[in-house]
Amino acid sequence: MSGPSTYEPQSGFTRWLDTRLPILRLAHDTMTTFPTPRNLNFWYAFGAILTAMLGIQIVTGIVLAMHYVPNSTMAFDSVENIMRDVNYGWLLRYMHANGASFFFLAVYVHIFRGLYYGSYKAPREVLWILGVIIYVLMIITAFMGYVLPWGQMSFWAATVITNLFSSFDQLSHLVNPHWNVGTTIAYWIWGDFGVSNATLNRFFSLHNLLPFVIAGVVGLHIWALHVPGNNNPLGIDVKGPQDTVPFHPYYTVKDLWILSMFLIVYAVVVFYLPDILGNPDNYTPANPLVTPPDIVPDWYLLPFYAMLRSIPQKLFGVLTLFGALAILVFIPWLDRSYVRSARFRPVFKIFFWVFVVNALLLGYLGSQSVDATFFGTGIPDVLLARCATAYYYAFFLLIMPFLPLFETTRPLPATIATAVLGNKAAE
Amino acid sequence: MRIALGASLGLAAFLGLTFAALADTVTTLPALPPKDVSWSFDGPFGHYDRAALQRGFQVYKEVCSACHSLNRVAFHTLDEPGGPGFTEAQAKAIAAGYKIPDEPNDQNKGQLYDSSGNRVTRAGTIADYFPPPFPNEPAARAANNGALPPDLSIIEKARAGGASYVFSILTGFGQTPPAGFTVLANKYYNPYFDGRNISMPPPLTDGSVTFSDGTKATVEQEAQDVVTFLAWAGEPKMEERKRLGFGVIAFLLVFSGLLYLSYRKIWHDKH
Amino acid sequence: MANVTSAEPNRRDFLYIATGAVGAVGVALTAWPFVAQMNPTASALALGSIEADITTIQPGQQVIFTWRSHPLFVRRRTPKEIAEARSVPVSALIDPIARNANLDDNAPATDQNRETKPEWLVVVGVCTHLGCIPTAFEGNYGGYLCHCHGSQYDTAGRVRRGPAPQNLAVPPYTFLTNTRIKIG
Repeated sequence: MSGPSTYEPQSGFTRWLDTRLPILRLAHDTMTTFPTPRNLNFWYAFGAILTAMLGIQIVTGIVLAMHYVPNSTMAFDSVENIMRDVNYGWLLRYMHANGASFFFLAVYVHIFRGLYYGSYKAPREVLWILGVIIYVLMIITAFMGYVLPWGQMSFWAATVITNLFSSFDQLSHLVNPHWNVGTTIAYWIWGDFGVSNATLNRFFSLHNLLPFVIAGVVGLHIWALHVPGNNNPLGIDVKGPQDTVPFHPYYTVKDLWILSMFLIVYAVVVFYLPDILGNPDNYTPANPLVTPPDIVPDWYLLPFYAMLRSIPQKLFGVLTLFGALAILVFIPWLDRSYVRSARFRPVFKIFFWVFVVNALLLGYLGSQSVDATFFGTGIPDVLLARCATAYYYAFFLLIMPFLPLFETTRPLPATIATAVLGNKAAE
Repeated sequence: MRIALGASLGLAAFLGLTFAALADTVTTLPALPPKDVSWSFDGPFGHYDRAALQRGFQVYKEVCSACHSLNRVAFHTLDEPGGPGFTEAQAKAIAAGYKIPDEPNDQNKGQLYDSSGNRVTRAGTIADYFPPPFPNEPAARAANNGALPPDLSIIEKARAGGASYVFSILTGFGQTPPAGFTVLANKYYNPYFDGRNISMPPPLTDGSVTFSDGTKATVEQEAQDVVTFLAWAGEPKMEERKRLGFGVIAFLLVFSGLLYLSYRKIWHDKH
Repeated sequence: MANVTSAEPNRRDFLYIATGAVGAVGVALTAWPFVAQMNPTASALALGSIEADITTIQPGQQVIFTWRSHPLFVRRRTPKEIAEARSVPVSALIDPIARNANLDDNAPATDQNRETKPEWLVVVGVCTHLGCIPTAFEGNYGGYLCHCHGSQYDTAGRVRRGPAPQNLAVPPYTFLTNTRIKIG
């Protein structure tokens, strides 16, 4: 919670500017003096990491767009031109492609942090929903971005996913057998009778637009955060100034440190393992007449892909997929516990970690071909995927609402300061 | 009793032959994993062996280029750092040895085909790219029993297993198919290729090329060198990438260290 | 935070200054590829020099090549055109500098300083006024006339009537053989 602004402009120029556009005051209040809980741990640095990754994606994206050609006859060649001829083109391309992966890695850590510490609970519901909106926009942006190189996987992943919309025909057929709402939507998205140059061109336009929409929603996200202030690992409210430290230099430096370590891992991938997260099929130019043996999206979409494929009926598979994202919006109201942080919820903590393992399992299953079995056990992957999807939904629809009825939570500390200083006194 | 035994044996033989005949219809098997080979360009300190690149270029030029294009490689990259290390003069000479379809200009007055219907060509310059052996896909297929030889510019990035996969294919010919496996018409048995029926005839034999540096041209050597050349063709910037990576990570380690120390100092009395 | 503020940076602040300096250097080094990527690509640079085959050009004829996105005039001069160009004193010229990339920046615009071989005039076909392409064999000086604003050049490509301020640029070039010129 921040009080009235304490900014005092020091020079003539800053006083002049402050009365016309108080931008320095804004920076001072939000990023310098902003009182932040003193006990934020490593997992809380990922918001800053995400901001950095968004910046990296936008800057590399803008310079790549100076060389990329969004036409189906030239797209693949233009990317190879970037890799071979443009000065440092290979670096920019690998930064952008792997930057998307690291962006998603950071967003998953950030989301799971929020789930664990109850950051979605009142009064931060809108903050959480804005986060879900950002996540969905990221998925759409990444999906469209993957189509742009116009490789085999670009084309066929686009075909499979946009074809999902044609399943809505089954809904409109309930009203009138001649209404093909789904196919109409699919043609509208494609601009043609299938994925084609028209699709590529519009995906390029939207892929350039959405990151700036994301940046705008991120602004709202941070604004919504600053109204109640940050949550913290104990999940208890800030009671006074002894519970907080100013954001600068405490968290600016800490976030920069953790960010630089994150960038080391990013650099190892960009410079030494640049294709490890990608699919070799995307180095073959798109061929509408040849389907690759296994169509898979990039790793960060695999859990949803597994959920989609686990349901044999096309429409229900699509609804399961969209439902898995939609359900995130309702989490603040699904979880009935009065205790925020899983540190004090020993049973919830177990279900949470099972949820994490379950998500990793779904990701693995999404990468396997449809008729595979699990590691020589003979159990069909699709059966496991159904169980994992069931657990995903059960976590939100059963565990979150009903566990608090049975759970005994641990006693909460009185204040953040006593918890922090209490530890010190115990040393 | 003997009749029963004889009849059983007869039946067994009949069934056995029938099932053997049925088993003879396997035309596709999963591929073996690629051979485990280590390459000079593997790992964080990998580099391209210049001599191998030049020998590999010779193998491509004299053997592979009859069917496979190398569309994305420009002649001017032959003398750039991190590559085969030809001089500018050598690269120009290589380029001039190729015939490039001419563009309409004042010299040919826009006539792009001569009286025999052949495309008018000019000598290659250093700015040109390797010309394809066939003018278009239908021509390539017609010359190769309906199969399309893929362009090799990024072949090692476009296949799971990369360099080792291509090496396994090139050295995997000549093996006897397992009993019951049928090699289809116009195809060859190669256990490293998915399905094991590959359209490419074995391209390499001992002595297919004579290396100017005197290296003995066995199939293994030729394959090793052309695989190294194709690795460079797909990733000409690899050496620069790894070199820059070393500097970037070293810098980030120092910077992280300084930030960590700053963090500890700032937080000293707050923990 | 314990405040130890002193007038000049002491040992405790050295760490922060060092960290900030390293960070600033990092930002500058990171910015370089983003700036450099806008420079001409390797393929553009490879096209930065061309080789022109001049075998079929007759005296009194000009052929236009493309060099670095500009028209390049290769003109084979007749003895009359050469004599005309040589009869002009440098003092009578609007632009007394040769503008020949193969020579010193200050070389005077004598006809000899405008060509490597007197028979062959090689100039960039861009008017030095505002960039239009002049037409050959037109104008009062037998050289070039630029239709945009009326500039006229002589048979050595030197400006004789404005508004163009400078002689047509002579690019760097060499004769590889008698029939082949490398430009750039």
